[in-house]
Amino acid sequence: MKTLEQTTDEILGLAAQHFKIPREDLAPSDDFYKKLKIDSLRALELITRLEHHFGIELPDYEVQGVTDFRTLASRIQARL
Amino acid sequence: MTASKLHLHEKTKTLSWELKDGTIELALHHPPCNEIGTAMLEDLEQFVTALEAAGEKAAALIVYSRQEAGFSAGADLRELYAASLGLTAAERVSGVRAFLERVHRVLSAIDGSPLTTIAAVHGVTFGGGFELALACDLIIADKMARFCFPELRLGLIPGFGGIPRLRRDIGNSVVRDLLLTGRSINAAKAMATGLVSQVAAEGEALQVARATAAQACKFDRTASMAAKRFLKPIPHEELRREIDVFCELFERPAVMEGLRKFSENTSAHPYLP
Repeated sequence: MKTLEQTTDEILGLAAQHFKIPREDLAPSDDFYKKLKIDSLRALELITRLEHHFGIELPDYEVQGVTDFRTLASRIQARL
Repeated sequence: MTASKLHLHEKTKTLSWELKDGTIELALHHPPCNEIGTAMLEDLEQFVTALEAAGEKAAALIVYSRQEAGFSAGADLRELYAASLGLTAAERVSGVRAFLERVHRVLSAIDGSPLTTIAAVHGVTFGGGFELALACDLIIADKMARFCFPELRLGLIPGFGGIPRLRRDIGNSVVRDLLLTGRSINAAKAMATGLVSQVAAEGEALQVARATAAQACKFDRTASMAAKRFLKPIPHEELRREIDVFCELFERPAVMEGLRKFSENTSAHPYLP
């Protein structure tokens, strides 16, 4: 079982890779909408990428209102 | 436009299509994400007329998007809201019913086309865009494609024939899951439920669709058409009932309020509940 820190770190790496920004520019508490400069449709790309990586389904309603990487990681943790 | 002047190489405001080696490729290119409003509907009507005139020149049809964001985000809700402002409830319903009936004629023409039809989808494939894909015989999805029926989030149901066509293709429990939660699913899940026939690598759905169309073109057309008529009857009665239910729901002030919030939302965060 991954720790929350491990999951958060993997999310940060995937987000950096997908949106082509330096990994070191991202922190667990960042608002990913602002930091990645994305809207709700582009956020779905991140969700899809995370679903493939972690082998889970992440329904939209579970991430509704979630804006930071650490909380997103906790939602994923609940499905691992 | 008369039948004698129809061409199978056309570019309209929102669409382009061309016939090559027996396959018609229909490209959607209406930014930001191929929202289906009056402009695209008029072009789709023009395309369907050309499709019906294609005769034996074509054996397959591929529908795909040239928009990076995806196949289609669905109905143009901002246009729908703007067109509904200042109208009485009865006028709103009359207008939306006429629009839906035109959409249904187009999608049923694609659904019942004698060609083998393939939707090659990527990215956002939501609402009316999903319904367009469902009218096709096969859906080939980029692995990053995402499917969703968000209509209940606005107090509506799908209105472009989505429920009858979903019910035709997959189990009722999956239909309920998609509709009653409004959640989006990825291509792998869509394939597991039977919605998608093949999943392609990122950026490769059109190439996979072309290979599939080339295979379909090898077959005897009479046999392919007979198989399609047998396997894929158009659920006309359910489609008619879907329009009725949509119009009953659309009449309510709560729907206009939901459309207003959606149209006026400028936040990056999703508005839909």
